[in-house]
Amino acid sequence: MNPPSFETVQVGDELPSLQLPPVNRTTLALFAGASGDHNPIHIDIDVARRAGMPDVFAQGMLGMAWLGRVLTGWAPQSRLRHFEARFQGITHLGNAMRCGGRVVEKLERDGERCVRIELQSANQYGQAKIVGEALVALP
Amino acid sequence: MIDRKWIGHELPASVLTIERSRLQFFAQAIGETDPVYTDATAARDAGYPDLPAPPTFLFAAELDSGAAFRLIDALQIPIAKLLHGEQSFTHHRPACVGDTVTVRSGISDIYAKKNGALEFVVKTSRATNQHDELVAELRSVLVCRH
Repeated sequence: MNPPSFETVQVGDELPSLQLPPVNRTTLALFAGASGDHNPIHIDIDVARRAGMPDVFAQGMLGMAWLGRVLTGWAPQSRLRHFEARFQGITHLGNAMRCGGRVVEKLERDGERCVRIELQSANQYGQAKIVGEALVALP
Repeated sequence: MIDRKWIGHELPASVLTIERSRLQFFAQAIGETDPVYTDATAARDAGYPDLPAPPTFLFAAELDSGAAFRLIDALQIPIAKLLHGEQSFTHHRPACVGDTVTVRSGISDIYAKKNGALEFVVKTSRATNQHDELVAELRSVLVCRH
């Protein structure tokens, strides 16, 4: 990986996007175990239905972790200063998420040259599920 | 309605030891294939002492300890009405295999929107390592749909 440099990165540059396979029950069960989020609404259809949902649905933090992969696939994680996400919609079974980011600002923060990145994940129908933002310090 | 007395409440500390097999499992669960997250040699070549915890991993600390779900119970938010609204991480230094991270959180705000149809709980956290160095600051917004 050739890490981006502050000089060469331009506002408007797109980060390489990440296309995920459709969410299935195995994805959710594995993430429940790995993340420690054992909330049964994500893994037990009976609990999901009692809560008024048609079926189990993805953990928000799974979607945020995928956006994190977009960031760390672009620049080393040691350069990531800030990462935030707003969960806008529920990611359902069968949703195939596309996660991407775009450089929206070059700035100096705490004596470091940084870029601000807008992030978004959307399903195959173009419905945005998570929007986010990150600050990455670049050499 | 969530009792506003909880504003200022501090949760008991949650201690998370960063373990190799857990990070490898987490990488698998999120489809991460970059060897920096699964192979200690690749991590060292990238300048880390060992596998680094991915950017959102520290959220696990209060899930593993049970503090997160005990808080939801204490606030009397039914799990069926709970949504994760926002999450942020400000990273100060990496947490790697062998580190022990302590997360200390407090409830910084509780407020309502849409005439009380939605209530929001803001939790802010500091994560420090075994050298008492600041690793990350976290901010979570939990949403209760009435």
